[in-house]
Amino acid sequence: MDTKKVKFPHGIPGHNLSEVEREIPTGEPPAWPINDDLKVVGKRVKRTDALAKVTGAAKYTSDIQLQGMLFGRMLRSNYPHAKIKSIDTSAAEKYDGVYAVHVFKNAVGMAQAKDGGNSAGFPDVKFAGQPIAGVAAISVDVAEEALKLIKVDYEYLPFVVDLEEAQKPEAPVVFKTDVDQEDRGGGGGGQSGLKTKGNLRGPSTSSFFGGPRGDVEKGFETADFIVEHVYRTQVHTHCSLETHGVVVDWRPDNVTIYASTQNTNSVRHEFAEMFDLPKSKVRVITEFMGGGFGAKHSLGNFGVMAGHLSKKSGRPVSMMLDRKEEHISSGNRPNSVQYLKIGAKKDGTLTAIKQKSHGTAGVGLGAGVGRIAQVMYECPNFSTEQYDVFTHAGPGAAWRAPGNVQGAFGLEQAMDELAEKLNMDPLALRDVIDKSDVRKVERQRGAKQFDWSRRKKPGSDSGTVKKGLGMAQSTWPRFVNLNSTVEIRAYKDGAIEVRSGVQDIGTGTKTILAQVVAEELGMKPEDITIRIGDTLFPTGPGSGGSIVTGSITPPARNAAYKLKLELFDQVAKELETVSSKLSMSGGFIVSQEDNSKKIAVKDALKKMRTEQITTSASRSDDYGGFKMGSFLAHGDLGSVQFAEVSVDTETGFVKVDKIVAAHSCGRPLNITQLEGQINGGVIQGVSYALYEYRVMDNETGHQMNGNLDQYKLPFAMEIPEIETIIVEDYGGRSSTDAYGIGEPANIATAVAVANAVYNAIGVRIYELPITPDKVLKALNKI
Amino acid sequence: MNKFSWYDAKTVNDALEQVNATVSEVLASKVSDQSAVFKCGGTDLLDMMKEGLVAPKKIVNIKNIAGLDAISYHQKSGLKIGANVTLAQMEANAEIKQNYLALHQAVAHAGTPQIRNMASLGGNLAQRTRCWYFRSLDHECLRKGSGTCFARNGENEFHAIMKNGSCSSVHASSVSTALMAFDASVEIAAADGKKRTVKMTEFFVTPGDDSSRESILEANELITAVIIPPSGSKTKSYYIKQGARESYDWAIADVAVVLEVSGSKCKNANIVLGAAAPVPIRSEAASTALIGKEITEQTAKDSAEASMKGATPLSKNAYKVPLFKAIVKRAILKTT
Repeated sequence: MDTKKVKFPHGIPGHNLSEVEREIPTGEPPAWPINDDLKVVGKRVKRTDALAKVTGAAKYTSDIQLQGMLFGRMLRSNYPHAKIKSIDTSAAEKYDGVYAVHVFKNAVGMAQAKDGGNSAGFPDVKFAGQPIAGVAAISVDVAEEALKLIKVDYEYLPFVVDLEEAQKPEAPVVFKTDVDQEDRGGGGGGQSGLKTKGNLRGPSTSSFFGGPRGDVEKGFETADFIVEHVYRTQVHTHCSLETHGVVVDWRPDNVTIYASTQNTNSVRHEFAEMFDLPKSKVRVITEFMGGGFGAKHSLGNFGVMAGHLSKKSGRPVSMMLDRKEEHISSGNRPNSVQYLKIGAKKDGTLTAIKQKSHGTAGVGLGAGVGRIAQVMYECPNFSTEQYDVFTHAGPGAAWRAPGNVQGAFGLEQAMDELAEKLNMDPLALRDVIDKSDVRKVERQRGAKQFDWSRRKKPGSDSGTVKKGLGMAQSTWPRFVNLNSTVEIRAYKDGAIEVRSGVQDIGTGTKTILAQVVAEELGMKPEDITIRIGDTLFPTGPGSGGSIVTGSITPPARNAAYKLKLELFDQVAKELETVSSKLSMSGGFIVSQEDNSKKIAVKDALKKMRTEQITTSASRSDDYGGFKMGSFLAHGDLGSVQFAEVSVDTETGFVKVDKIVAAHSCGRPLNITQLEGQINGGVIQGVSYALYEYRVMDNETGHQMNGNLDQYKLPFAMEIPEIETIIVEDYGGRSSTDAYGIGEPANIATAVAVANAVYNAIGVRIYELPITPDKVLKALNKI
Repeated sequence: MNKFSWYDAKTVNDALEQVNATVSEVLASKVSDQSAVFKCGGTDLLDMMKEGLVAPKKIVNIKNIAGLDAISYHQKSGLKIGANVTLAQMEANAEIKQNYLALHQAVAHAGTPQIRNMASLGGNLAQRTRCWYFRSLDHECLRKGSGTCFARNGENEFHAIMKNGSCSSVHASSVSTALMAFDASVEIAAADGKKRTVKMTEFFVTPGDDSSRESILEANELITAVIIPPSGSKTKSYYIKQGARESYDWAIADVAVVLEVSGSKCKNANIVLGAAAPVPIRSEAASTALIGKEITEQTAKDSAEASMKGATPLSKNAYKVPLFKAIVKRAILKTT
C-alpha cells in the first residue's frame, strides 16, 4: 500500500500538546487539527433524531406493525432444575387464534455442555424462567392463554442458586461436563477450554493483556505495607427501557428481522447459521434502539423462537419480552466475591497484586472481574485466579465494562486504604503508581473542580448526617473493529446520504457520523442524511466494548474524503485548476489558487455524469500500530471520578450528593452527547452502589424482585448533581482519532461512592450495594 | 391480562348489587371463577390482574359514583373525605395541610404523582400487601391459602419486625399510618342500606386472626368515607416515611406522630408505626413514654426506644429497629 507521512496533533491541550508524524495510507485524508480549529466536530451539535424521538415519531422494534403480524409468547419453566419427560402442545395448537407452536430442541443463550444436556429430546431446565416452548397468536393475550394449555411433564431435580452454596461438595451440579459459551459479537461468553469441576469452572489466569507476571509472593516479601480483603458485589440485571425483542418476517425469498439489538451484524450471522440460510437472505433492521447495556448482542432464544414461529405460520411474528422475562432471562451482571491482596513500599510503589475471584453468571459464563487490577497500575508482580461458579439461575451477559466494574470495586477501595496506611493523599498515591498522562490531568482538573481540598479525615465530620468525599479511577482499552465500512452517496439534487449497518444504540452514533461527514465536506450536519442499522448496508461494528466511535467514524471520514476527491476531479477543469488545488468549505468547492473561482457543491452535483456517485471506505490499521492483535490500540480510556456523599448514621441511608467525572476518549466528537453518556454511566454507577440488586430466593430458586417496583432503579431524587470534565487526548491513531465513552463512564462511580462513604463514617463497607443494613452493621448499631 | 366485563356503577347500592367478592377472596381462591369485584383507581387491582394473580370475570367500576368525591372540613365536626377522593386531591387540599399535617405528608409521599392522580382513598385502605412472595405467581403463600410464609426464613429485608409470628408481610398503605394517628374512622356501606363506622384501629385484620385478608371488608361492603375528628390548635403532628428511594417507594418504615401539647409539654400522644407489623399499629409504649413530659431530645429518644420494645426482627431486617428509632425520634422533635 502506498503511504504518506503526515503530522498529527499529539497529547493533551493545556498539558503536553505536540505533534507526531505518522505514515498513513495515501488514500486517507490529511490530519485534522485539534477541535478548537474545527467547525462541526467537537461541538455541541443537536441530535439528528431529536425531534423524532421526543415526538414519538421514531419507530422502535416494539412499535413495528406489519400486515398479518402475530404476537409470540414463550412458556417458561417455573422450576429451576428439571428434566422434561414429555410436552403436549395439542390443546394449544387447537386454541382459537393460534397460528404456530414450537418447542425448543436446544437451549440457546447459555453455556453449552459438551454432552448436549438433553433428555427425551428436550433441553434440561437449568433455571426458573428458561424458555421451553412458544406460541404465535393474533394477540399477546391469546398467546398467553394458549401457553397455559401446553402440558409439560417435569422430573424435578434439586437446585442451587446461591454463589457460596453452589461451591459446597454436596451442591446440585448444573453442568455435568465441561462447557463453553461462544462470544456473540462482543456480548459476553467466557475464555474457552477451561475445566469444570462440580459447579466451578476455571481458573482463568490471563486476559488478552497476557498472563501472570513476576512472583507475587516475593513481591509481598519486599512490601512495607499490605492491604488484604474480600470484596463482594451483587447481581445487577438489565433494565433497558425497551425490552429485548424482535419482529421476524419470514418470506420465501428472504427473512427480515426488526431487532432491538446492539449488533445487527451478529444477529444476522446467528440467524443465518441457526436456520441454515445464506447471509444474503437475512436482513436485520434496527432503526431506533431503546437502550442496551451489553445483553443485546445476540439473537437470543426469543429471536430463535420468533424465527421458528414465523417460518411455521408464514406470518410476521413480534416477540417482545416483558419486564419479568427481562429480569430473569435476558442476562445480568454477575456477582463477585473477590479476594485481593496488595503490597506496597513506603513511597507507594506497588510490589505485588494477588487476586482470586468467584462469581456466578448463573447458567452462563463471564463472571470474571476483568483486567483492571492487571493493567491500571505499575506493578511488577501480578497474579489472578478467576472462577465461574454455575448456579441454577438466569445467564449472565455482557454489562457495561464486563468484570471491570466489579474489579474496580475491590481494586480502588484497596488503593484508598493503602493511601491511608501510607499517610498519603489518594491522589498523591496515584501520582506515584499510575503512569497515565491523561489520568494525571483528570486528577488535577477533577480535584480542582470538585474542591478535593475540602476532604477531611475519615469519620471526622460532626453531626448525625456525615459528609464524605472519595475518588476512584478506571481504565478501559481502546478497542477497534476493522470490519467496519461506510458508504456515502451523493445525489444530483444535492443530497448526501451515509449508509452503514452499524446501529445507534441510543448514544448518538447517527449524529457523530453526520458531524464527521459534514466536517469533511464543509457542510452542515443537518444536510447529511444518515441511514444506519440495516444489514443491507455495509457491515458496521457491534455496540460493545465502547468500540463504535473508534471503528465507524474513520470509515465515514475516509468515504467522505473519497467522495470529495471524486467531485474535485469532476469540477477541476471548470475551475481552471487541478483537483489537488481544490478545497471544500461553506457549501462551496473553491480553488486555492484563486478563491473567486468556486462552485456551490449543489451545482457541482447537478453536473455529475451519473445520477449518483457512491464511495465506500473502511478504516486502516491503527496509525501508531496495534498494541495487540488487530483490535486493541495503544493507550487507554482513562477516567477519574470524585464522589460526595451524605451518610445518615442513625438510619444507615446513603445519599450521593455530587459526582465530578473526568473522562477522555481521544478526540471528543460531540460534547453534549458525551455528557449525556457520562451522566448515564454515573447514574447507573450510583444505582449499582446504593440501590440495585437481584433478590433470589434460595428456597424456591426464583427472583423475587423481577419488576421495576421492587427492583430499585434510581429516580430523580436519587440522582446526584453531576459535573463532567472532558479531556482532549490526541494520539494521531486514525483519521478521526476518536473513541467511545459508554463503558468508561460507568466503571469508577460505585467505588468512588464507597470510598466517600468510608471517608464519611470512618468504617469501610466491603459489599455492594451499600444499603442501610450494611451501614448500620458497620457502625455497630445492629 | 384476562378478559372481563365492565359495569359502571351509578350509586353505592347499584355497585353493591353487582359485586360478589372481595379481591382478597379471589386471591385466596375462596370464590368461583365468576367473580365480580370493585375497581376505583385501579392502581392495585389492574397490577394484580397483569401479574395474573387475579382474573375477575366482571369489574364493577365505582369511580363514577356520585357523592363519594368530596372533602369537607368543619372546625367542630372535623374532616370527612369521600372514598373516591384521589390522593392527589387530598394532597392539594389546604385544610388537610393546615389541620392534619401528618396526613398531608403521608399522602404526598405515597406513590408517584401519576399514581396519586388515579389512586383513591378507599382503594388505598383496601389495597393488598406488596410482599414479594404474596405478589409472586410462583409462591402459594400463607395469605393465599397455603400454610407457608416464605418470607419468614427467606428474603425478608422489607418485612415486619413486630407481630410477625405467622405472616411477616406489612400493609402497603402509608396513608393509614397517619389516619390511625388522627384516630380516624372508616364509614362502610352494606348492601341492605346499612352503614357501619369503624375506627382505623378496628379496620385492619391481623394475619393471626385471618391470614387471607387485611381488612374487615366483606364482599357486600364498600368504603364510602373516612372521618377524622377535629384537630385543635394544640394538636401537633408530623409524619416521616423512609423507603429504599426518596423519589417514590413503599415504606420500609414510616411513623405518624399526633400530639396534644401544652407549651412544650406533651399532654397526649398517638404514635403509629407503619411497615413495622402486618398492619399499622399504635405504639402505646411510645405514647406512654412521652405523655406528661416536656418534649426534648431525651424524651423523644426515650419514646423512640420504647416504640421498639419487643421487636422480633427476622434474619435480614434487624436494621429496621434502629431505623424506626431514628424516625420516631425525629418525628416527635419535628412537632415542636
